[in-house]
Parts: sequence; structure tokens; C-alpha cells
Amino acid sequence: MLRLHVVLIMLLLASAISLVSAQHRSRSLHTQLEREHQRMRMLETEWGQLQIEQGTLAAHARISDLAETKLKMHAPARNQVIVLDSPEAVQ
Amino acid sequence: MKLAHNPLLAELLPAWRARAMLIIMMVLFGGLFVRAFWLQAIDNEFYQRKGEERFSKVLPTPASRGRVLDRNEQVLAMSTQVSAIVAEARPSRTEAKAKANPRDIGAEKLSAAQIRQLADLLDMDHREVARKIPEQRGRGYLKRQVAPDVAERILALKLPGIRAEPEYRRYYPHGEVSAHVVGFTGMDDKGLEGIELAMNRPLTGQEGSRRVITDARRNVVEDVETLKPPRDGGDVRLSIDTRLQFLAHSRLKQAVAEHKARAGSAVVLDSRTGEVLALANWPTYNPNNRAQLSGPPLRNRAFTDTYEPGSTIKPFVAAMALDAGRYSFETPVDCTGKLHFGRYAIGDAHPHGVLSVAEVIQKSSNVGVAKIAAQFTPEEMWRVYDQLGFGSPLKLGFPGEAAGRLRNPAGWKPVEQATMSYGHGMSVTLMQMARAYMVLARDGDLIPLSLTRVDTPPINGLQVFSAQTAREVRRMLELAAGPGGTAPKAQIPGYRVAGKTGTAHKLEGGTYANKYIASFVGFAPVSDPRYIVAVMIDEPSNGMHYGGQVAAPVFSDIMNATLRATGVAPDAAMPPLQMARVSVPVKGVP
Repeated sequence: MLRLHVVLIMLLLASAISLVSAQHRSRSLHTQLEREHQRMRMLETEWGQLQIEQGTLAAHARISDLAETKLKMHAPARNQVIVLDSPEAVQ
Repeated sequence: MKLAHNPLLAELLPAWRARAMLIIMMVLFGGLFVRAFWLQAIDNEFYQRKGEERFSKVLPTPASRGRVLDRNEQVLAMSTQVSAIVAEARPSRTEAKAKANPRDIGAEKLSAAQIRQLADLLDMDHREVARKIPEQRGRGYLKRQVAPDVAERILALKLPGIRAEPEYRRYYPHGEVSAHVVGFTGMDDKGLEGIELAMNRPLTGQEGSRRVITDARRNVVEDVETLKPPRDGGDVRLSIDTRLQFLAHSRLKQAVAEHKARAGSAVVLDSRTGEVLALANWPTYNPNNRAQLSGPPLRNRAFTDTYEPGSTIKPFVAAMALDAGRYSFETPVDCTGKLHFGRYAIGDAHPHGVLSVAEVIQKSSNVGVAKIAAQFTPEEMWRVYDQLGFGSPLKLGFPGEAAGRLRNPAGWKPVEQATMSYGHGMSVTLMQMARAYMVLARDGDLIPLSLTRVDTPPINGLQVFSAQTAREVRRMLELAAGPGGTAPKAQIPGYRVAGKTGTAHKLEGGTYANKYIASFVGFAPVSDPRYIVAVMIDEPSNGMHYGGQVAAPVFSDIMNATLRATGVAPDAAMPPLQMARVSVPVKGVP
């Protein structure tokens, strides 16, 4: 009878301790999850900013402005256009 | 002992009194037990809640507003997370501290150096910052829409009472180019103009919330429940093509400057799908700059401003005549002299002789078209105009869409019917006009317009004219844009184009002023029409005011760019510029 009691008490203790440690692990895992969530949000924000940056840098208005002012490009006038007739030449 | 002789004590107490006491006490204890049980097991909600309030918190889960994309998924509008810097008055931590320094009651004060540091980071005046920090209680915004890196540096200072709250800011990478289509949002991320307003509901995200348990340091230790899952706003994919939008915008801007005009609009439609590919207005505005979001530049003229269309309406009268079978392409119409209606006379700027119906359109004769219209009753003409959509709003959900004016035919006098045949005495928006030309560019039917991308276009729309009629009017309009027409400047090398000019006097206070609206509406390639371009220039005042001089070149350039950008095969012989039949590398050609 006494031995059974001792065994049961040991089991109870083990269970109680494992409960505490499980709880602790769950909490620390949760904190980690939270941190990852936060990182995800930050990355999303960054991605959004990069998209906007790309959009702004690739805006047609900017490209055409740069082409004209920096690279001194312009659309060819009609007398500068050559129409290639033979299909072999169009490669 | 004296007491022992007290007779009262000698008397034995009756047994029931002790028992009664015992019972009373047991009942009272029982009451306590019941109450304790009640609170613990049955009615436990109240205290449980009170307890939870000490350590549980409801946190919002942010949801972002959807993006606005062009037809090729280029970003036209997008929200990104920024921060609002908030200052909160904080009660002092200890009463003792408050007693030690009576001036410190209520709030933990920031030192002058701290405020200066804060002001530097916020790029604000330090006196303004000091003024915005609440004294006793409450909270106030120091600055809104602060970039995330700045907010992080501010939080790193760990100043008491200074917090950052997440909020969103909307960016428009293409700025003024697509401003009128996309519109803009307010501080609270709600649409105020354009697509942002028209599509506010699908774009808006729904903030969620969750309940969490926090520890003493306010770290979240456990998610108790998700009260409301967040729902991000959906993306809206427009029919706009950013390339064409930019081309239309910059060409329009150039034309308005060149002709010293007050304003202008240009629209590009895809006649096969009903999609609006570009919509440009001048003046315009930069939606990224909140300070200038007011006044006339905000007006989306192509939708909201009505004007008298002038001659651009004539092809519909010709179509009506052909469709009824009373006229053919070649039927002669006597256009000599003037047409008199009582004290009114209708004439042509350049007198014509006898013209065929095709030539009436090609040369844009007012007399000719008024004579054709006179063969129809006002009801017949009204029905055609009404079916073309004049006089009723387009119902695209766009804010401020105008209907234009088309009066009830019961009151039309003959002279009014005559003026309406060449586009006066009625008003339309540029968008309505562009859409009406769809009838001619397609085979006589009209499909609804769309500002969002259409993947499965409607096959048949509302049939207004027969396909045969549409084909014949297309030929007339090709003549009008040809060498003998009113707008040879609309031509594009390599493509067959068709279109009609319009030059209308502006109505000012009921009379026609010496101010004009020059317009051109046309489509190309004529062999298989694909695109419709409509251009309207308001008050050109640099010597030229005819639609053929002012608007047609703009049409030609926008259409040319559209055809080339979308890779439409040329359907006309390229006028020989410089032909080269070579197999040597083409280099060094001027």
C-alpha cells in the first residue's frame, strides 16, 4: 500500500513538473512566434517600400526625362527612319 | 465564592439555546460556503473578467488597403506602413516623487534636451514639439506619417510617453500622370477621388483584433483568441496601360502649352473590349503632395466637364441617314448657300456646291448635315442620340460623372434640330463622345466601357446601326482624315486612320463667345479598328483654333504611339522614307 502511494506521488510530481515546463516552453515558443510575426510585418513593409521605389524609379515620366536630358536621346525624325525591305536584313 | 451563590448561575441553561446557537452558526457558515461555491463555480464570470483585465489585452491586427494596378500589374497606388508619433501624458510612477517635486504632479516631463533631440528627428521646431506634448492628461499626435526608420530611431531614445502607432500612407509612383484615374485617399486611408473612391469598398481592408496575455514587461506570452481575423483589402486591376497613359499625358501637356489653352483632355479606348486604356487631363496634380489637393486641377474633365461637341457628331447623322435607307454613300446633297430658319441662318465657313453624303462628312458641311437631319423627325434623331449614350451618365461609378444635355424631342424646333445635327444646342463629355465612336469602330454596336481590366469582352452590345452602315461611315471618316478632308494632320504613316474634327464656339452666359473648343475623335487601323482616341483642347488661343489644326496632330501622335506600343501591324503602305534593300550592317546613317 505504502509503495503504491510513493509511486503515485512520484508520478504526480513528474506530471506537475512537466506541466510547468510545457507551459514555459509554450510561452517561449509563442514569444518567438510573435517575434517572427513582427519580422514578417517588417519585411512586408519593406517589400511594399521597394515596390513603390521601383514604381517611382521606373515611371515613364522619369525615364523619358533622363533619356532626353542625360543621354540626349530623342525619337527619330521621319527622314532618319529607314525601312528595311528584304526579310534577311531584318534579323 | 459569591458568584456560586448567584441563583441565576445555579440555574441550568436550557439545552435548546446552545443547540440554537450551533444551528445559527452552521447556517451562517453554510451561507458562506454557498456564496463561495457560487462565485467559484457558477457565477464566476465577473471576477474572472476582472482578473483577466489585469493581464490580458486586446491588440488590433492591422490590415492594409489593396493596391491599384495597371493592366500589366504596374503599381499605380500602394499603401505602406508608416508611424504616427504620439505623445502621452503619464502619471508619475511614485507619489513620493510627486511630493518631492510638487511641479511634477501629473506628468513625467521631458527635459529640454530630450525635446530638442525629438524635434531634430521629426524635422520640426522644438517649440512646436513642446507645445504638442500634453501637460496633464490625454494624448496628442506629434507628427503623422513618419517614415519607419525615423520612427525606430525615436523609439530607440526610450522617451517616456512617446510612442509610435502604426498607420498607412499611400504612395502614387506615377504621380500626376495617372492622378485623375487613380484619385487619392485621405489621411484615414479612405478614398476621396477617382478609382480610390469608386472602388473604395473592395480596396478597403478590415482591421482584425486578438486577445493576448501579457507578462509584466508587456510582452505577449499567449494568444488567447482571435476576436476578428484581419482581412487585407483586395487589389484593383485597372484597364489603364501606363505606357499609353504617359504618352497621352505628355502629348496633351505639350499641346496645351503650345496652343496656350486653358485645359485639355485625351482618352484612349480599346474598341474591342470597351476598356479605357488611357485618360489624361490637363491641368493635373500630384497626389503625393497633400498640400495641393484642391481646386480646378482635381477635375477629371473627360468625365465631369461637358462641352458642345460640334462637328464630331456629324457622322452619327450620316449613319442614321444611311441606316434608314433614305441616303447612300453617293446621294447628292445641295450644300450651296445658307439654310434659313426664320431669323436664323445656318451656313458653312467655306461655301460648298453639291456634295455627296460622303463629302458632306469629309468637308464637314453644316448645311449638308442639317438638310439630311431635316428628313428625320425629332423623335427619330433623339432616339439615335439617346442610344449612343448622350444625355445620360456613363455609370462607371466614377465620382462626378456628368450626363450632358440632350433635351426632350417634344420641344425641338426645326432650327434646334438643325443645330443639333452639327453638335450645338446639346452637350456631351469627352468620354461619352469617345464611347459613341465605338459604334463606328465596331460593326454598329455599343458595349459598356470599363475602367478595370476586361478579360472576356462582351461579344455583342447594343446594336445601334447595321454593320454595313458602320463600314460605310468608316470610309467617310477615312476621307475626312485624308488629303481632301478637314484633318489631314490626323494621318499616321503606315496606318489607315479615320476620324472627325470638331470646332465649337464656347457658350458663355447664354451667348457664343469667341472662344473655342477644338476636338478630334477617331480610330485606327481602319481595316480592323482597334483603338479609339478622343482629344479635346479647351480655348486654344495661340492663333489656331480649328480641330484639324489643334486636336488632330495630338490625335495622330497618341494614336501612332498606341499602335506602335501595342504592336499593331501597319495596314497601309509605308510612304517611302528611305528604303534600304541591304544586307550590310546599317550603321552611320544620319
